[in-house]
Amino acid sequence: MRTQPIIASALAFGLIAAACSSDSSNSADTPTASELTATESAPPAADPTDPELTTDQPDTDQPDTDQPVEPFTTITLVTYDSFPEADTSINAALDAFTDQTAIGVELLVAGDTGTMLSKAALTVGNPEGDVMWGIDNTFLSRALNDGIFEQGVLFDPENVPAEFLALVPNGEALPVDFGDVCVNYDIGYFAENELDVPTSLQDLADPAYRDLLVVQNPATSSPGLAFLLASIDEFGAEGWQAYWQQLKDNGVLVVDGWTDAYYGSFTWAGGGDRPLVVSYGSSPPAEVIFADPPRDDAPTGVIESTCFRQIEFAGVLAGTDHPDEAAELVRFLGSEQFQAELALNLFVYPANSAVALPQEFDDFAVVPDTSRTLDPDLIDENRSDWIDEWSTLVLG
Amino acid sequence: MKNGVSAANRLPRRVVAALAVGPIAGLAVFYLWPFATLLARAINGSTVADTLSRGATWDVAWFTVWQAVASTVITMLVGLAPAYIVARFEFPGRQLLVGVLTAIFVLPTVVMGAAFLALLPDSLDRTVWAVIAAHVAFNLAVVVRTVGAFWEHLPIDMESAAATLGASRWRVFVDISLPLLRPSLSAAGAIIFLFTFTSFGVIRILGSAGTRTLEIEVWRRATQLGDIGGAAVLSVLQLAVLAVVVGWSTRAQRRHARAVDLRPEQDRRRAKSPGERRFVTLVAIGTAALCIAPLAAMAIRSFRSSSGWSTTAWTTLGKAEVRPGIRLGLDPVEALVNSIQNAAWATSFAVVLGAVASLAIAAAGRGGRLLDVGLMLPIGTSAVTIGFGMLITFDTPPVDWRAEWWLVPVGHALVALPFVVRTTVGVLRSVDPSLQDAAATLGASPTRAWWNVVVPFLWRPLAVGAALAAAISLGEFGATSFLSRSGGETLPIAIDELLGRTGSLLQAQGYALATILTVATVSLVIGVSRFHDVTGLAHRRANGQTVDR
Repeated sequence: MRTQPIIASALAFGLIAAACSSDSSNSADTPTASELTATESAPPAADPTDPELTTDQPDTDQPDTDQPVEPFTTITLVTYDSFPEADTSINAALDAFTDQTAIGVELLVAGDTGTMLSKAALTVGNPEGDVMWGIDNTFLSRALNDGIFEQGVLFDPENVPAEFLALVPNGEALPVDFGDVCVNYDIGYFAENELDVPTSLQDLADPAYRDLLVVQNPATSSPGLAFLLASIDEFGAEGWQAYWQQLKDNGVLVVDGWTDAYYGSFTWAGGGDRPLVVSYGSSPPAEVIFADPPRDDAPTGVIESTCFRQIEFAGVLAGTDHPDEAAELVRFLGSEQFQAELALNLFVYPANSAVALPQEFDDFAVVPDTSRTLDPDLIDENRSDWIDEWSTLVLG
Repeated sequence: MKNGVSAANRLPRRVVAALAVGPIAGLAVFYLWPFATLLARAINGSTVADTLSRGATWDVAWFTVWQAVASTVITMLVGLAPAYIVARFEFPGRQLLVGVLTAIFVLPTVVMGAAFLALLPDSLDRTVWAVIAAHVAFNLAVVVRTVGAFWEHLPIDMESAAATLGASRWRVFVDISLPLLRPSLSAAGAIIFLFTFTSFGVIRILGSAGTRTLEIEVWRRATQLGDIGGAAVLSVLQLAVLAVVVGWSTRAQRRHARAVDLRPEQDRRRAKSPGERRFVTLVAIGTAALCIAPLAAMAIRSFRSSSGWSTTAWTTLGKAEVRPGIRLGLDPVEALVNSIQNAAWATSFAVVLGAVASLAIAAAGRGGRLLDVGLMLPIGTSAVTIGFGMLITFDTPPVDWRAEWWLVPVGHALVALPFVVRTTVGVLRSVDPSLQDAAATLGASPTRAWWNVVVPFLWRPLAVGAALAAAISLGEFGATSFLSRSGGETLPIAIDELLGRTGSLLQAQGYALATILTVATVSLVIGVSRFHDVTGLAHRRANGQTVDR
């Protein structure tokens, strides 16, 4: 009995001590982890063009004692919340950039894409960081109209498809990756029930597929909005309402977000009862890569004609104190060295077409030749009205 | 009810003012200023007119209010029995029960929502009843802890006297205990109302698509549509509704506060009669089942793979490679450490400010009531609004704070502060004024009398408040997910990210992290109450009180 107070107070004080000792590592005036790594691993002798060598550097714990530490600038890369913060090959690539340029990069996670953009719009001219990664084409017009990106920066895009570049005619931002939102299907379900897999948006309204589809609410979910936009692309600004009425009559289930749809209602992943779900074109390879137990074939497939293309952009934030370093970072984000890391870390495809895809993507991902898109200006103008109209029609 | 207001009123004004200055400054700088800045920036005549003339606005407002009222009433009814047995009886697993209840309260909604979805029968999925059921389970801890903490201080002899005079157990409860408990009941009710009124995750996961509270609508307008003005108007509307409800509750709490001969703490006893034993067992098991079922479902899911059982999710947690060359970049240990650090700071902020605020509120009259309501405002205000407000307020030197690590624990403390205050003020207000009079008669100055008589009652409810604050901070997701972060991923955020990605392994890992968070919370709560029980005992001994057994 007597030991209890000691243990308890030790615990309490331990907590407090842990907190106190930690604050120095977080405070702004001490070098951050990435700065330290950079100083320790930037011997001028290292060949900056050799990514193998430079990316391995952070793992060696030997401080570089006989080399003078170069002074360098640290800039902040603002990104969305699914961007890995540390320890992955994408972070190693950023460290390699620091080794090559003596520009340190700190990551700042600002929330989902919409939240990140709203914050940037509120802080135009005095931004939270220097470079932003991840504004997609459904938000692009708003970003450009709000003026969050610095004008007149040269990104020298290489091997980026012309249709991506056409979205930013004034070159405010650089297309960095793309991906598709598509209807996914549970291969096993369709085989067991000897049912043909639907092949078009119109098929989804066929009574043969009654009560089989789950989608996300476009008001609260980015893939949900993409799927609504796909239907608008297919049936036109005057025709999509009739299509959604058919879907509704055919028992479409609407849930609020992707997690709920995929893990809550999809037959494959969550024990739900819907074998058709709106998800990503890269979901099948992710199912292979993150399978437990490991597997060699994808359990899910993608219905190509339902795919809506999302293109993401990076740019220099207006009002940055380090415009030159920021521009250099954006150019690096478009380089082959960085782009090669995108597929397996962010599950998107590199915009730089010179970059080869990893094997799992070659095998299991579907990159439709002709994905649907809509003009970003059109999306921005109508987003709110379309969503309201959709809500009244489908949920009302 | 002349003596309804504690005699601590006699405390000199400057002492009260000195106590109040810290909490007021904190509230002004970290809440009022950012909120006002955002409103000034975003609201103009047309945004107000547009938002208020939209029919959907009023549908959303109505739904928000009625589901919150229903959730609160049902939670209070369900929570009384467990609050009673936890306060009055010693039984095996008592601390565990409290720990589990608290864990439920603080777990991220994304986890609990999914667990509930797996548990509920299909016919209840995605209905308002599923939402209310989840709200009840979530908030039971508030009733058990707030009401329970007060109940512990109620003298048992009044109840026993009535029982000896032949009153039935039910009569004793209705005529004696219930009226005495009223201040803590309205305190718990107000907190539960606030939480369900601003419900976000539960409704998004368990409600049918498109079911929206004002909180969700503010978030949607601000982040998905970029309509900051509309969002700001809605968050003012949200506050206006709340102001009415909270004002009413505070008034009720004061009106019903009466001086009871509060005891430092009553000793809990074991159930004696067979009837009593049956009652305690039944309530304990029922409550445990309600809470443990979703937690168990969650833990079990962390061992599920696409082909049966597997521990891979646990063994690959952290920096390990998921597949050759592929890492997730999520380190659960680091996330847990981050969460604990945040919790330690948030709790320190909340407890220090909460203690002085409670003393000031209990001692001051009208001004105290104002401070009380003021401190409740942050939980009733949309998290997006405060987060965005901070972003545009703390952006230029000398207050260029938006990248500071401590802004997150400050945000947590804002949310936790009212819990500390609410668990404490009720007890302080009920301190028998005759004790202070007696001290004064014996020659103590008013300040000294207050220090010797009132302040000792602070520790017990403060410990309860601290545990709640720490637990809230551990599981906090809403308020601070709108502050940008740099390398400070907390457990709830890591869980949310894992559950937001494709792959059965990642999903199982998300549930594994949720299990870790649950265990951490339960240990914290049990640890604090152990620590407290022991120090409480020492305290009583030091004061020369006998421990009657």
